[in-house]
Amino acid sequence: MKIEILGTGCAKCKTLEAVVKEAVAKSGKFVQIEKVDDLMEIMKYQVVSTPGLVIDNKVVSTRRVLSVEEVLSLINERL
Amino acid sequence: MFEWLHDLSSWALFDIFGLAKESHLGEAVHFFIYDTIKIFILLILIIYLVTILRSYFPVERARAYISGKHKITGHILAALFGVITPFCSCSAIPLFLGFLQARIPLGVTFSYLISAPLSDAVVIALLLSLFGWKIALLYVGVGLLIAIVAGLIIGTMNLEKEILIEVKPVDVVSFNEEKITFSNRAKEAWEYTEDIFKKIYLYVIVGVGIGAFIHGYVPADFISKYAGGDAWYAPIIGVAMGIPMYSSAAGILPLVEVLTQKGMLLGTALSFMMAVVALSLPEAMILKRVLSLKLIAIFFGVVGFGILLVGYLFNIIL
Repeated sequence: MKIEILGTGCAKCKTLEAVVKEAVAKSGKFVQIEKVDDLMEIMKYQVVSTPGLVIDNKVVSTRRVLSVEEVLSLINERL
Repeated sequence: MFEWLHDLSSWALFDIFGLAKESHLGEAVHFFIYDTIKIFILLILIIYLVTILRSYFPVERARAYISGKHKITGHILAALFGVITPFCSCSAIPLFLGFLQARIPLGVTFSYLISAPLSDAVVIALLLSLFGWKIALLYVGVGLLIAIVAGLIIGTMNLEKEILIEVKPVDVVSFNEEKITFSNRAKEAWEYTEDIFKKIYLYVIVGVGIGAFIHGYVPADFISKYAGGDAWYAPIIGVAMGIPMYSSAAGILPLVEVLTQKGMLLGTALSFMMAVVALSLPEAMILKRVLSLKLIAIFFGVVGFGILLVGYLFNIIL
């Protein structure tokens, strides 16, 4: 599984990245985390309002900073 | 709406603490306490309600809706969506590129980019509660007009080559909304409200503080004589002062309130406020990553000119 955090470097994007790292650590699963700040890459996903969250090439959330629990359940749903 | 607060703060300051009611200090402190609490209550209520409302209009939906619309309709829609969709200047670039990616014309994209910070729903609601519906309505109307006309002008100038990175259009602009329950929206809106409040409460205190000083110590005719009045250059000074300042409109409104009470003409005060929110140097820096200086200069020029016109218009008709 691969989780990507899309964001150009605003405060919310950094918060989301930290949340994802914590959720992955809690899940105990092997998950690849990647922070995407290249605009072209972000645009490929058609995300207009950052931060965006992408799991296995699928956009699961935009604009929001999810909670650790929400990210955890997103991970568990897909494994 | 806030008489109770006015009376309560009078009672606390003058009867309990024994501050002299007619003194400059008494006037200033009373104004400071009363206005700070009033603005805080308004801000929290308004931001919370507007955020819940906005969660039903994500930018992605607006984009899918505007794309493929006829040109003039596109400008009008883009300006209207600017009012109701959430906008944060840190996502100005993805937003900008995302619009172009959906084959929304450059001019229409600018209509959105101008309207979003200018006619912010929180600001409109604050104006409504501080100045009444006539002024709020006039502000919205003129704000939309600036966004539409400025976008139209930029659209006719063939500036597509001034975009510094290549935008590959996508064929299908789709938007699948996640299902979010109301209680989730309410909870999120509250978190967002807290977040915003923490960011701007200091601005409000400083703004009201300056306001309280002016209110208590500066005689009314001083401002109308020097900073406001009907001097022809007043709106120009207002706009020039506003551009380098970076604050949200919600933070600057308390100051506008006092300045107008003390004799600055409303048009001048509003041009100042519009310049603060719509033309910020930090936003220009963000946009510089994707737009040429020429296009940014045109953007600032057209919008600045529009704001000046608003200043003069309000000064003449109000």
